[in-house]
Amino acid sequence: MSKPFDRRKFLKVSGMSLGVGALISVAPALGAGGPAARVRDFFRRRNGEVVKPFTLVQLSDAHVGFQGPPNPTGTKAFERAIDIVNGLNPQPELILFTGDLTHEAEVPGEHARRMQLFQTLTSRLKTKKVLYVPGEHDAALDNGVLYRQFFGETHYAFDHRGVHFIALDNVSSGKPAVGAEQIEWLKRDIARYPHTTPIVVFTHRPLFDLRPDWEWFTRDGDDVLNVLAPYENVTILYGHIHRHDVHESEHAMHYASRSMIFAFPDPTTTGDKKPVPFDKEKPFANLGLQSLAERRGRLGVDDVELSLQEFSGTDGVQQILKSGELL
Amino acid sequence: MNRFIAMAVAVPLFVVGMAASMDTPPRVVTISAKRFEFTPNQITLKRGEPVTLRVSAEDRDHGFYQKDLKIDLDLTPDHASEVTITPDKSGRYVVICDHFCGSGHGNMKMVINVE
Repeated sequence: MSKPFDRRKFLKVSGMSLGVGALISVAPALGAGGPAARVRDFFRRRNGEVVKPFTLVQLSDAHVGFQGPPNPTGTKAFERAIDIVNGLNPQPELILFTGDLTHEAEVPGEHARRMQLFQTLTSRLKTKKVLYVPGEHDAALDNGVLYRQFFGETHYAFDHRGVHFIALDNVSSGKPAVGAEQIEWLKRDIARYPHTTPIVVFTHRPLFDLRPDWEWFTRDGDDVLNVLAPYENVTILYGHIHRHDVHESEHAMHYASRSMIFAFPDPTTTGDKKPVPFDKEKPFANLGLQSLAERRGRLGVDDVELSLQEFSGTDGVQQILKSGELL
Repeated sequence: MNRFIAMAVAVPLFVVGMAASMDTPPRVVTISAKRFEFTPNQITLKRGEPVTLRVSAEDRDHGFYQKDLKIDLDLTPDHASEVTITPDKSGRYVVICDHFCGSGHGNMKMVINVE
């Protein structure tokens, strides 16, 4: 299944390692000559973009509105993440949010209020190019109707500095599936690109069978991967599993970002899918970031746990719970 | 001679037995689904025995999915859905609801034990 990954600390703030999702530095192998030159020329003809390295951040699973013992601090970790991203230098050019922006609500109007709160929080981000895909908690109960009102289409594609980005929706049908219509769209979308084009797919659920009995899979994920198979440089970013994970399939690397609300345990050692209990001594433990940086034409990942020493211990928890300004 | 008589008796009995077996419908196991549980949440089947699972949703749409046993039902409250399976491997199979139904959806599951 998934394999251990080489860890290294990537982001240091005030002497602590802080995690907020995935910090990605993209510098695709776009040197002179060969296939890389063809890709560079393709993008130059297509949209006039200058190909150069850039950074981006992946955030996932904020679950704005969630209330419960796994995390009594509400949106505090998410707000902290926004502060961390705003402190990055240089600023990321893109921020990709891989679903479960909000937690669903039974009370009429409450889910819309949560989406509004999410947008209020993300409006603090200095980087204004923020792209989203829905998670099942955002869009599965109403087939994405409310989500689209706030965030637009659930699947789309765009180019950015020599990389083709594809947002895939594997939640809004209610099922863990992309669906035949979207797969046909995907085929048409990428048919225009050389096979050497760097492609980043971002979606919510894993596109492979990570743990199907925990619904950590996409029913037609194999069909998606088959469409992507001819492409030589495919990176897939996803959320949903609330933990860092790296998986290599035949034609793609798959990276899962941690959550900003609570973590799930290691599926290879645990039978029950229950959130990791809240630890008042380490209120943001198991939340955090994975930072990604280009290595030899591929994206590499660093997983950095969010640990806030100044807010550890009972006093720290009280600080978080009582103050809306501390973070 | 005795062998002939035995065959004369046995063959029709075998044929009758086969016909009876073919006419006997599979055993039916009834299961209900509601947020966020299946009832019963565990059943035991015999390897090689055809069984019809008749599953009904009590409150809203649900799913009933087990890839290895080729179970894939969409459940709606207006009628029961059925699938007939003949499990050929012993084991413990977890069936999940694969149609998102709310906050507890992630743990809506049941177990089929095949012995």
